[in-house]
Amino acid sequence: MPPAIQTRALRKVYPAPPVRKRGPQGPHIGPVNAPSQNASSAGREILALDGLDLEVPPGQFFGLLGPNGAGKTTTIGVLTTRVRPTSGSAAVAGIDVSADPVSVKQRIGVVPQRPNPDRQLTAIQNLIFHAAYFGISHATSQPRAQALLDQLGLGDRGESKVDQLSGGQQQRLMIARALIHEPEILFLDEPTVGLDPQARLALWEVLRSLHDQGRTIIMTTHYMEEADRLCDRLAIVDRGKLLALDTPAGLKARAPGGTLIEVTFDGDAAPLLPAIQALPALTRPAVKGNELSVYAERAGEAIPGILRAAEQAGRAPADIRLTPPSLETLFVSLTGRKLD
Amino acid sequence: MNPSPWKVFGALVRRDVHVVSRELPFFLLRTTLQPIMFTIVFGYLLPKMGFVQRGYTGALLPGVLGVSLAFASVQAVALPMVADFGWTKEIEDRLLAPVPTWVIALEKVLAGTVQGMIAALFVLPVARLIMGPIAGLDFAHFGLVIGMTLLGAFAFSAFGLLLGTGIKGEQIGLMFGLIVAPMIFFGCAYYPWKALAAAPVVQVLVLVNPLVYVSEGMRAVLTPALPHMSLPVVAGALVLISTIFMALGLRTFDKRAVS
Repeated sequence: MPPAIQTRALRKVYPAPPVRKRGPQGPHIGPVNAPSQNASSAGREILALDGLDLEVPPGQFFGLLGPNGAGKTTTIGVLTTRVRPTSGSAAVAGIDVSADPVSVKQRIGVVPQRPNPDRQLTAIQNLIFHAAYFGISHATSQPRAQALLDQLGLGDRGESKVDQLSGGQQQRLMIARALIHEPEILFLDEPTVGLDPQARLALWEVLRSLHDQGRTIIMTTHYMEEADRLCDRLAIVDRGKLLALDTPAGLKARAPGGTLIEVTFDGDAAPLLPAIQALPALTRPAVKGNELSVYAERAGEAIPGILRAAEQAGRAPADIRLTPPSLETLFVSLTGRKLD
Repeated sequence: MNPSPWKVFGALVRRDVHVVSRELPFFLLRTTLQPIMFTIVFGYLLPKMGFVQRGYTGALLPGVLGVSLAFASVQAVALPMVADFGWTKEIEDRLLAPVPTWVIALEKVLAGTVQGMIAALFVLPVARLIMGPIAGLDFAHFGLVIGMTLLGAFAFSAFGLLLGTGIKGEQIGLMFGLIVAPMIFFGCAYYPWKALAAAPVVQVLVLVNPLVYVSEGMRAVLTPALPHMSLPVVAGALVLISTIFMALGLRTFDKRAVS
């Protein structure tokens, strides 16, 4: 069985937004080179994917984790045939997405970042018409649509206009729509953004049960907890590159240097730095304005030393935060920035 | 197994029939009110007041049909498409259908063609009723009338595809102000092309306007005894225009569908 998804050196460069400004060399006259070969305009182009290699075996719940702008949505876009890669290759269920997008579409279900139901139709019509776009007869799709609505807690909303559904209900309708033609692989792009905590938990349950039925699920998220709780395997991406790929437990074990200690002081934290660097239990101290961040194997034992150093430097702590080894600390150590 | 494109095409048609048939009265009101009001003023009031000759209605009726047809076809395709690609993203459920994207674009153009024809066939009896008896009006070639309506509606639906995918949502007002309105005024809808011989420069310039061929074509099939461009010229021009708009429109559609 071929991998559910496979990408090789996948690159996507979006052309520079059409801003008509005079460049340093004055106005450009004459034919413009293809954007990807035009070194002088490279700075204005948007590099969304920068040589991404991924492979996901069938049946896995796979997460793409990264901050906004990491390239997650572009990755999903390429795999769901909606974004043309600039170079490299991508295959879904062994089928090249550029060579045979029609066969790829037959095998995938897609839940978009923002619900985009057909607002001219009722909830159940959304499902039945979508099935018809896949050549499924009304006789088959009607009971299937009702069963999906029941399964997703929308059993009594079938005849409702889409606008009468809440955000969470619309998102579940999108999941039902993505499943109506029984695809092998389900793609979800940030499915829980904008949902309240209760709706989010309900959606997690739905996704777990879909996965238990043996379906491959590819999900993007920028919520650590969501990735940690749901996914079998996770790719951490940032700036279009794959930074780490492992099980959530495996990734957490790779989180370096123990607990992250962050202290906010009542003034510039820089004067503390020499004293902090002298403390043997602390690693990789960093100062940004009033903020000190440092890692320690046993945070509780390290804090008195930090406070003493602060007192000597004439600073008082305003806030102390501890983050145990987690995807969060791994992410910060890989990218130098936080997820949100 | 991928379903046959025609089966998917049929499902897309069923969706549009379902949605459009519910909206049809509003659609007709939106697209034909302006030509009908024009008919009232120029086809009823002005002749009654004696400002224009009674014979004018023979030149006006086919033109009014042409405008209704063109306006309805462009709107039926362009407006939903601007919204679909711009903000609602509703068309994405169809872009996920296992068919090449051109199938979806073609279905939209054909649905727009049918809506344009419905608008014209709705305006025809209404305008005739308002104008009263029209000298030279001849329904002997009704098959040709349908054929001309089909050609014109297809050309303008294809134009709607190009406009709807080629312009951004915030430019939609500009589209009607700068493209559609001049097209209507210089489309030989309210005067026959031959009569423009009085202004030779204008007579040549308007030849780039697709509406000219629809208006003149309607004259050729509805009032064949009155001055009009020859039918083969009109048909040839409309086929050429349709081909160009369709080729460009499919390209811009594909660019919006797959970024």
